[in-house]
Formats: sequence, C-alpha cells, structure tokens
Amino acid sequence: MAIEFRNVTKTYPDGTVAVDNFSLHVPSHTCTVLLGSSGCGKSTLLRMVNRMVDPTSGAVLIDDDDVATTEPVALRRRIGYVMQDSGLLPHRRVVDNIATVPRLNGASKAEAHRRANELMEIVGLDAAMARRYPRQLSGGQQQRVGVARGLAGDPNILLMDEPFGAVDPLVRVELQRELQRIQTELRKTIIFVTHDIDEALTLGDQIVVLKKGGEVAQIGKPQEIVEAPANDFVAQFLGLDSARRSLNAAPRDGGGWLVSDGRGRPLGVVDTVPDQHTDTD
Amino acid sequence: MEWILNNLPRITDLTLAHLMLALPAVAASFLIAVPIAWAANRVRPLREVVVSGTGLLYAVPSLPLFIVLPILLGTGVRDTFNVIVALTIFGLALMVRSAADALDSVDAGVRLASTAVGYSPAMRFFSVELPLAGPALLAGLRVVSVSTISLVSVSAVLGVQSLGSLFTDGFERAIIPSIAAGIVLTAVLALLLDLLLVAVGRLIMPWARVGQS
Ligand SMILES: Nc1ncnc2c1ncn2[C@@H]1O[C@H](COP(=O)(O)OP(=O)(O)O)[C@@H](O)[C@H]1O
Ligand SMILES: [Mg+2]
Repeated sequence: MAIEFRNVTKTYPDGTVAVDNFSLHVPSHTCTVLLGSSGCGKSTLLRMVNRMVDPTSGAVLIDDDDVATTEPVALRRRIGYVMQDSGLLPHRRVVDNIATVPRLNGASKAEAHRRANELMEIVGLDAAMARRYPRQLSGGQQQRVGVARGLAGDPNILLMDEPFGAVDPLVRVELQRELQRIQTELRKTIIFVTHDIDEALTLGDQIVVLKKGGEVAQIGKPQEIVEAPANDFVAQFLGLDSARRSLNAAPRDGGGWLVSDGRGRPLGVVDTVPDQHTDTD
Repeated sequence: MEWILNNLPRITDLTLAHLMLALPAVAASFLIAVPIAWAANRVRPLREVVVSGTGLLYAVPSLPLFIVLPILLGTGVRDTFNVIVALTIFGLALMVRSAADALDSVDAGVRLASTAVGYSPAMRFFSVELPLAGPALLAGLRVVSVSTISLVSVSAVLGVQSLGSLFTDGFERAIIPSIAAGIVLTAVLALLLDLLLVAVGRLIMPWARVGQS
C-alpha cells in the first residue's frame, strides 16, 4: 500500500499554517521517517493519512484512492496507529487493549484474544503481562503493547508518532531493534515520526527532513543524507557542522583503535581501521 | 435503644419509605446529570452557564420548593412524586458540575488514541470516556447520595413519611428517643449507602485502584 501526499496544506481554525503545500510519495512495504523539530507539522501530516486531520487543500491517497472518500472510522480500523505515551486504555487489561481493533472489526472475544496473545509474542511481551493493566507495566513494556495494538488488526499501513520518544535511551534502542526485526517479517508500509536523528538513521528506508510548515529540506536514504546533506539546514540538523559526525580513530595501548567524534567525545572501539582514514600521528 | 426495639416495625417501614424517596432521586440525578454535563462540555461557551446555573439550584430553600413544586406539577404536597422531583433538583445541582468535570478530566491522549484506533464517537463515549470518568462520577454520586438522604427528612414536615417523621413526631410529642433515633438512623442510612456505593465502585472499576502512572 503506497501513500501519496498531493500538495496538502493544513490551516488550523486559529490560523496556524501547520503544513504548507507538502507532497511526498511513500513507497509500500518500506519505512519512511518524517524527521524534524517539534512543531514542524509531523503529527499533522501523519494524521492526514487516517483522517484525524483533514487537509485544508490537497489530498492524501492510499493506492490511488483519496482517503477523503473513505469513511474515517472504517479507514482508521485498517490503519495501525502508535503514539507516544502509548495511549493505552487504562481501564482495560493488556490483552484487551491489544484486542481492541479486532474486536472493533467484529472478531469474537476468544478470537481477538488469541490474536492478542500472538502479538504479545511478536513484540516480545511475556504472556504473564496479559492480565495486567497498563499502569502495572514499565514505559518500555507499555510501548510494546502500543505497537502490538497497532499491529493487531493486521493493517497494511502503520503510523507511528514518536512512539519511543518517552522511554529511556537503552529501552529505546531495544524497541527500535524489535521494530526492525518485526518489519523484516511483516513488511508494513510505515510512516514513522521522530525528532531523533539517530532513530531516523536506524529505522528509515527513506528519510524526509522537514522544516517548519512541513517544508521538505531533503528526502533520501540515510546514507545519502549523511554523505550529501542538501543544505545547511540538514547539515545542522544532523549535527554534521558541529563535528558530531566527523570521526577520528586513535590507536589504543592494548591494541585496536579508539574512535571519537570531532569534539573528542569517545564513541567506541574498533579492531582495525582503513589506513587512509586514520589519524595516527 | 429500648425505644427503637419497641418501635422496630414502624422504624423499618420508615426506613423503607426513606429509601423509596431517596434512591429514585439519586438515580434520576445521576442519569439526568450525565447527558446534561456531556452536552455542556460539547458546547463550550455554554458550559459555565449550565454548570453554574444548575449549581445555583442548590441555593433554593428546600421547604418552599417542596411546597411550590406541587403547584407546578399538579400533584399533592404529600405526593411522593413531588418529593422525588424536588430531591432530584437538588441532586442535579450537585451532580451536573461533578459530571461535567469528571467527563472533562479524561486524558486527551487516551481520547486521541481511541479515535485513532477506530472507535466511533458514540462508542468512544460509552466504552472509553464514561468508564474513565467513573471514579470522579462516583465521587460526585456519593455526595449526592449523602445529601439526598439527609434532605429527605425535611419532607417529613409536610407529612410525607420517612425517617424524618421520627424527628417531627418526637418533637411534637416530646419523645426524646424518637428524635435521637431519627437523627442517628438517617446518618447510619447515609453511611451504609455510601459504603455500598464504594463497594460497587471497587467491583466495577477494579482498574481504578491499580498502580500509578
Ligand atoms: N489542533 C490544533 N489547533 C491549532 N494549531 C495546531 C493544532 N495542532 C497543531 N497545531 C500547530 O500546528 C503546528 C504543527 O503541529 P504538529 O503537527 O503537532 O507538529 P509536530 O508533530 O511536528 O510537533 C504547530 O505550530 C502546532 O502548534
Ligand atoms: Mg507531534
């Protein structure tokens, strides 16, 4: 399922122009990351896909069908949505939270629970969590439940709005790895919103760097954006200008090389480095 | 105590009569207040007007209301329907604000998420917003329950039978134990009903006492 944003503009009732004439092609079965600072219109764009927001002008198409012609509630039930702070229903047990969409789609309780248990396994949640309430889980576990709920209706499209933004860095890396693993199996069309560059580089097949008002600063694969930032804005956003991504390697006493960034911040150790890139003297 | 034992059948009757007045009024206050509160929250500019307006009803003196209402309703002063309507009005005065605040307090993220996963607006209200407002609604209902139980007694002055009659009779005939029993039993009844509400709340909202976020 490919998604197409065609010249979409969103002006909120208070006059805020959140997105101004934005166009993008999101290829099916890949992960497209919308990367930009807070307030640049990422969530607004994401919500246009499942009609939580209707564009003031322009259109969003899923496989060439304008979403405006689809009834919003039905549309949302076939698109997964995962958000920050998971948005789980605090009065429903984990298993019932995950079973929400199958239930809304008319599955029997038993069937929906079977599906929920399946998903708990897929996202790496212990079966013992099923009977707990969301508040009885850690932040990372709650996000897993959020992802499981997003996948439970077996949607072709998954919308993720800073889903790992509120968990600590270690857990975030773990969740990103899980998502990558799940994606290699399920191959959903994912739009993933984040303001975290490292997360974008990790997860994106395609990265869209956004400026205020949803203005596209650059679209490209992760390595294209790192190797050839289109302009100063992108370079600055990636930290390329602040020496964060210019690396040096120095030999260690015990063998191997210590890699540090342009500011001398140690990043890690490698066994060997190619001669022409070393900085040994 | 001895007086209570000697008058047990009458006290039982009066307690039942008391409940027959209070319970329908408490239930009606709740069932009417929730839709009013919902509507008031939807039409934002009117919210404060509706909520404060109904709140002001509580300032209406109870005895005159018991007397004026029959004229409007076309019922007799001693008609229980009249008393129940009056009690419901006082219940609404407390419950509309409680319910409006309770429904308003439902987390915006949870609302957004339930819309995003595909709840229709009506389903979202009944399966998400109403249950999540439950603990705050219950808190409001408990106040209404206690207030109604105590207000019922006022209607005894008009001759409507309730535990308040123990007080009015005792006063007329100078039976101190009857007055004391009227006061104590009203308080006990209010307490029992409150405990019952709390117990029901725990039963139907087990999630509310779980963990913290
Ligand atoms: N419902 C709304 N009403 C008015 N302005 C809004 C609304 N939602 C978002 N905005 C504004 O639109 C802009 C883009 O918001 P958003 O899409 O949430 O950005 P992001 O997700 O990138 O942080 C911001 O300036 C925000 O304040
Ligand atoms: Mg956002």
